[in-house]
Amino acid sequence: MLSRTADNLYWLSRYVERAEYLARILEATHRLSALPLAYVGTSNEWESAVATAGCSAALFATYDEANESNVTNFLAFSTANTSSIRSCFELARGNARAVRTALTVEMWDSINTTWLELKRFGNGPTSSEEFSRFLRWVQESSLRFDGSAYRTMLRNDAYWFSRLGVYIERADNTARILDVKYHLLLPENERVGGPLDYFQWAAILRSVSAHTGYHWVYRESLKPWLVADLLILRDEMPRSLASCYEAIVRNLDSIAGAYGRQGPAQRHARGVRMRLQNSRMDGIFQRGLHEFIGEFIAENNRLGTLVTEQFLT
Amino acid sequence: MVAAFDEMKGHLGDVRPAYGELSRWLAEVPPDVLDYRRREAELIFKRIGITFAVYGEADAQERLIPFDVIPRIMSAAEWRLLEKGLTQRVAALNAFINDIYGAREVLRAGVVPDDLVFRNPAFRPEMSGQKVPHNIHVHIAGIDIVRVDAETFYVLEDNVRTPSGVSYMLENREIMMRLFPELFSRHRIAPVENYPDELLATLRSVAPAKTARDPEVVLLTPGVFNSAYYEHSFLADKLGVELVEGRDLFVKDEIVFMRTTQGARRVDVIYRRIDDDFIDPLTFRPDTALGVPGLMSAYQAGNLTLANAVGTGIADDKAVYSFMPEIIRFYLGEEPILKNVPTWRCREEEHLAYTLDHLHELVIKEVHGSGGYGMLIGPTAGKVAIEQFRAKLKTSPKNFISQPTLALSTCPTCVENGVAPRHVDLRPFVLTGRNGVRIVPGGLTRVALKEGSLVVNSSQGGGTKDTWVLDG
Repeated sequence: MLSRTADNLYWLSRYVERAEYLARILEATHRLSALPLAYVGTSNEWESAVATAGCSAALFATYDEANESNVTNFLAFSTANTSSIRSCFELARGNARAVRTALTVEMWDSINTTWLELKRFGNGPTSSEEFSRFLRWVQESSLRFDGSAYRTMLRNDAYWFSRLGVYIERADNTARILDVKYHLLLPENERVGGPLDYFQWAAILRSVSAHTGYHWVYRESLKPWLVADLLILRDEMPRSLASCYEAIVRNLDSIAGAYGRQGPAQRHARGVRMRLQNSRMDGIFQRGLHEFIGEFIAENNRLGTLVTEQFLT
Repeated sequence: MVAAFDEMKGHLGDVRPAYGELSRWLAEVPPDVLDYRRREAELIFKRIGITFAVYGEADAQERLIPFDVIPRIMSAAEWRLLEKGLTQRVAALNAFINDIYGAREVLRAGVVPDDLVFRNPAFRPEMSGQKVPHNIHVHIAGIDIVRVDAETFYVLEDNVRTPSGVSYMLENREIMMRLFPELFSRHRIAPVENYPDELLATLRSVAPAKTARDPEVVLLTPGVFNSAYYEHSFLADKLGVELVEGRDLFVKDEIVFMRTTQGARRVDVIYRRIDDDFIDPLTFRPDTALGVPGLMSAYQAGNLTLANAVGTGIADDKAVYSFMPEIIRFYLGEEPILKNVPTWRCREEEHLAYTLDHLHELVIKEVHGSGGYGMLIGPTAGKVAIEQFRAKLKTSPKNFISQPTLALSTCPTCVENGVAPRHVDLRPFVLTGRNGVRIVPGGLTRVALKEGSLVVNSSQGGGTKDTWVLDG
């Protein structure tokens, strides 16, 4: 297939995935900020939401303060922020339009409908009920798109490249949450916070839709190091770094199989996957959780570059 | 101006045979059903994303072309006449272009004046003496036809560069079959859905003779910002060929390749929907990133077929148009089957004088214009516009032609309060390959939705209709 087509499919998936992630971050933050201060301490959740989305610098270039209305507007509706939910959907639809021939009717219909419906929300909701409807709508739109891709695409390189986009983006998103919140997830003897952090842990789990999953996996009350374990090493948790890399390696292998050729992207991804498989949480804590996450984000970006170099240009 | 000929009711008001069923059906169908289906059609178009862009309208990056749910109907006999006329016309157009870039007999015989060719911006000196595969220059032509009475069809315009609109022909039919199955079952309508197959067969048949493999065909688009982008992607999909942009292609050793996820892949035929000017910055306009550097070198080396060929614009400019009857006689030794609209070439003194004297009753067109831009319709124009055109005509008469204002035929059309006649034209698509000419029965009918308006161009608020050719 055309390199540009593969590139468009890859980014189409990334943008849809990112929009959904932003919606979950905003939802979790709203929940936290609605709690009485006595339960969550004095930290500015809005500031940390922006950090998790990776656009602190951009926000403070426009606004003096990270408060609810600024952050909500910036992450959800801003046209100046190229990573806002609105921008993500617009970019996704732009990519989709450029490769319509490579999409199934259902995928096009789903992303085009999302784009048309986006206009309905105008420049932002007028009430918090409407805003939570908006956030639900974003997540539903992403689910619908993902589902239509999964259910209707031929299992060929087009599908594998679009999946790569999903998982590379997802790994990046989960890693960013960990990067911002790592200090809340340290083992007992190193903890800096207090019992107040309980709601923070819950919020982290919610932002990766794993609040229920946690209890099924561990059958325990929330323990920060287990939250870290779930998000990093557990294969059965679909947004964990391990699970994302399992899928990345699988899709890259399918491409290599079809093309009869291995390349730097495959080798690199397998390396990252192996390191995750061979790690234990105590080892990671010992070497430093923050360093581990920092390295992972760099490795994941490197994979993005390698995929682009090997296939998409 | 004489009253327009109505394709359903003729001049006299009696329903013509081809419209018998439709007229009965229109009488039966409750208005709200018609209205409901119309809204349904609009919704479908919107969801599929069939849009076009209007240049110069900032807020209308994508817009829907209004679709009229009442079909336009032609009898088999009418179509046979058109088919013969179109085949003849396109054969002459191809012979003319082949001659202009070859022996130039038509110029030596004095049939067409030299300067009309050599001083024409669409003339490409790079093509002089250049053989093109199988001597075919125009593989895809869109010939605009208007009708003035039961027997008379005029060719209004030849489009032999990158004619568009065929996706609407196909989508309109799809939507009509979906919305009005009962109306279909009351008619026998010749299908159009095989157009993409015919097009692909045509494109493959004209691959360079030395292509040993299965020829690789691609469709070259200027990109998503082009007004016809929807059509480009639609066609690429139906053809099953890659939709490429300039940046997806590169030229090495006079061979064209496309960049794929598995490396470079050789390309033999390019169905290009991008103008000559933008196709190769090394040969034509250097200030564009739309084309492919070196493409012309591959073309000139005979390693590539471009459909349509470079330089075909020489045949569809409005001044050359006025010579088409002579051109047909010159190459084919036949009388033109389809008439030309009588045309005054303002480059000639008497014609200019006549035009200036009759501005209020003529249509004035720019020689190189298209899309309904830059034209004056005398009978409906205001005084200011007429005086503006008078000044323009006096400064650069060569840039203009004039024609009588034709009473274009009308067809029943859904309007605000019911069904009323509106003016239409027709653009059939003529394919020419190594094994001859193919025309799917029908084409794109464009309709001027405003009452009394004669401008059917989508960029000027025109709509489209499904075109039915009755079988037998």
